[in-house]
Formats: sequence, structure tokens, C-alpha cells
Amino acid sequence: MSAKLSIRNVAKRFSGQDHQVNALSSVSFDVQAGEFLVLVGPSGCGKSTLLSIIAGLEKADSGEVLVDGIPVTRPGPDRALVFQDGALFPWLNVRKNVEFGLRQKGVTAGEASDRAIHFLEQVGLAKFAENALYTLSGGMRQRVAIARVLSLEPEVLLMDEPFSALDAITREDLYVEVQELWQNRGATIVFVTHNVREAVTLGDRVILLASDPGRIQLEVPVDILRPRHIDDVDVARTAQLLSQSMRQGRENILQEVWNDEQFTENDLLRGFDRLMGDYRQ
Amino acid sequence: MLFPSPYRVGSTLIQEFRDGSLLNATAISLRRVLLGYSISLVIGVPLGIVLARVKFVEDTLGSLVSAFQSLPSICWLPLALLWFGLNDRAILFVVVAGSLVSIAIAVQDGVKNLSPTYVRAALTMGTPSWRIYTHVLLPASLPSILTGAKLGWGYAWRALMSGELLFVSLGLGQMLMQGRELADMSQVLSVMAVIMGLGLLTDRLIFGSLERHVRRRWGLAGA
Repeated sequence: MSAKLSIRNVAKRFSGQDHQVNALSSVSFDVQAGEFLVLVGPSGCGKSTLLSIIAGLEKADSGEVLVDGIPVTRPGPDRALVFQDGALFPWLNVRKNVEFGLRQKGVTAGEASDRAIHFLEQVGLAKFAENALYTLSGGMRQRVAIARVLSLEPEVLLMDEPFSALDAITREDLYVEVQELWQNRGATIVFVTHNVREAVTLGDRVILLASDPGRIQLEVPVDILRPRHIDDVDVARTAQLLSQSMRQGRENILQEVWNDEQFTENDLLRGFDRLMGDYRQ
Repeated sequence: MLFPSPYRVGSTLIQEFRDGSLLNATAISLRRVLLGYSISLVIGVPLGIVLARVKFVEDTLGSLVSAFQSLPSICWLPLALLWFGLNDRAILFVVVAGSLVSIAIAVQDGVKNLSPTYVRAALTMGTPSWRIYTHVLLPASLPSILTGAKLGWGYAWRALMSGELLFVSLGLGQMLMQGRELADMSQVLSVMAVIMGLGLLTDRLIFGSLERHVRRRWGLAGA
């Protein structure tokens, strides 16, 4: 069985002045063609780093990333990425933002324009094609960012907390929209979030990452019927189970740090989990 | 006469305008400053972007550029005179020396303050690294390029005037000096008024509208 995307023993360390952070320690998993995979975990678990490595923006210290069996060496439009803040270009209007990647691929101006409009239609923003970027709301901008990567028809679509800066209502609309786009287009998606409910709402499969060292803690298939809504009972129940494991994971870390079996979940809820290490000179 | 009346200055201005001396001097000065300034822009903007992006260039040229920035441009004149002699090229050199570095530094600062996601986004869309410069960094730093261009224009104009004041060169600077030599205060003041007027005009007409355009595009306040 050959996977669309394979992550093989990927490890990454960040070096500080006299200490090191194990952002990722030997992470491996496969993503099948057409699968919607969500990576979820607390901040600092290396999920965004992992996505950057898949995108080719960062290099792993060891291990490799394969797309259709071919190792990733640099960034490319076959692994287009939706950034948390959209990363749209304010000097271009909406249509030209979507055209940008197509033009880089060598698509002619006329065709790029047609395709840009087509993909703006897909996210319901064709009307705003000639608008300046700043006239759009945050949610609309994120939809432009999605149209921009969809237009490149990537092998794997990467999304790095694309909705975390949006308000709850806009976000819920986009959950529906992304599920629809994914189902209609048969895209392969790797989606990163810190929001467990979001993960369960969107993913076919959710991988829970634990931090320090960043590693896979749990892998859960989600077979709730689509389209899912974030308030569905099944979504809530599955999310609750995942959240519990996530907290469990952090409890284990704290126990390792203090070697103290007395930590209870209540201690964690009171905010011990904010501690990320002691002061060092 | 130490303080000629505005009327005197005005009529001198009209007379200088009529006999063609003013237009002639203005044309000569403008030609010099435009030429020098264009050279500064063409070299200074890419230099600023490269200084901000290529560590090797910053390590090697960075302190040199900062050092040049602290040198008033007229200090280049003796060197320029020795190199080129008493001619237009010496003045041109002083103008370029005065504006190039300030443009480069303003652009460098602007590019350094750009959000790195622009470059990351362009890379994930398959933009080759050389095209990052022309298609991302250059347009993204347009606001700071404008700041640099405005700053550079001021420096170029000042460098030109100090150069023209110091030796016989035609142009507005010399006309100013001529007024002093003839003890004709109204000529001095009329030329000063023309210099200020030209400055105001370029600021309002050229830079003003460019800035408005960029601010509108970026959706910034005051557009």
C-alpha cells in the first residue's frame, strides 16, 4: 500500500544557548490519498514545525517526508499551505492574490485570471475579485487564502491553524465550507490545530501530539457522519475523550518533572500546565 | 539692502524669469539632480533589499554603508574634484553619494521589518528564490521604498545645492552665490524661494500622490 504522504522518523531539535528543545522526536505516519488528517496538540508540541517540514520550509534533523514516494527537499506548489494569518499579499487585489501561485507555475495571464475567478467562485467570493485586500473581513481573507491554494491543485493541502484568528460564527461557516470543498474535490488535507473540537469536526483521523519531546500520543479514526457540526453530540463526545487523553499526557509530563504522583487533574485545571520549564541562566 | 521687500523679491523673480536666467539655471539644476537621483534609486533600492536579505553582504558592506551615511555629502566634493575635475561629473558624484546610502538604508530597514510569512507563502507556491526579490520583497517593501525615495530626494537636492554653491557651475546654486557676490539680496531671496518652491512641488505632486496611492492599496489610515 503506497500512501500519498509519508512521514518517516522525522525529528527536529531547536537549540537555545545552553539547552535544546525536542520539537519532534521520531514521528512517523502515513496519509492516504483523499484523507482528511488533523494533527492536534497543545502549543509547543511541534505540530506547526511538522507542517513546515512537510511544506519544505524547514529541514528535519533526521527522517524524511515522502509525497507519492518522492522525498521532499524544498517547498513547492504540490504541498501548498494555508497560513494562520492567510499570508495574502496586500499589494495585490483579491484576484491577483489567487493568480500569484498560478503565474509562478507558468500559467498564462489570461488563463490564470479565469482560474482565479473560478476558484473564487468556489469559496463564494467572485463578486469581490477586483477588491483591494483590506476591504475584506478576516473570514473572507481566509477564504481567499484557501482559493489561492486550491487553484494550485496541490497533491497535499496543508493548513496551519487557518481558522484560529477568526470569530466563532465565521469559523463554523468555514468548517462546513472546508468539508464541502474537500468532499467535492477529493483533496488530501493535513490540518493542524490546537482545538480538539475543531479536529474532530473536520478530520477522518486525528493524531494527538504530545510535547517535549514532540511525539504521537494517540491516533483516533473519526467516523462520524458528514457534514459534521462542531456542536454535534458525537463530535463533542469524541472531543471530550481526546481532551482527556491530552490532559493525561500533560499530567504525565508534570509527574516526570516533579516526580510526584500526587498531581491530579484539578491541579492541572488550575493552570499548572502553563509552566513550560524553570528559569535558567 | 539687508531685507528687500517681498515686492522687490517678486519683481526680481519676474525679471529673472523674463530674461531666461532663472529657467536656465533651474533646468540645469533639475537635470543634474534627476540624473543623480535616478542613479541613486536604481542602485540604492536593490542594494537595500540585498543588504537586508543576504547576510554576507550585510557583514561586509553593512558598516561601510552606515559609515558613509554619517558623512555629509559635501565632504565627497574634494575627492570628486580630484577624480573628475571641475565639471558636471563631480557634482553628479556628490549628489549620488548624498542620496544613495540613505535610500539603501531606508529600504534595508523596511525589508527587515517585513513579515516573514510573505516569503514563506511565496516559497510554498513554488516561487523560485530570485523571483522572491522581484515579486515579493520589492512590492512588499514599497512603503519603505517610498520613504527612502523621499529621504533620498531631499539629500540629493541638498547635495546638489552645496556642490553648486562651491564652484562655478551654472545652476541655481551658482545663481544664489552670484547674488551674494553682487550683494543683490533680492536675487538671493528669489532663488531661495524657487528652491523651496521646487521642493514643495515635488513633495506634494510626486511623493504625495504616490504615498496616497500606496496607503489606499494597503488600506492604511489617512488615504
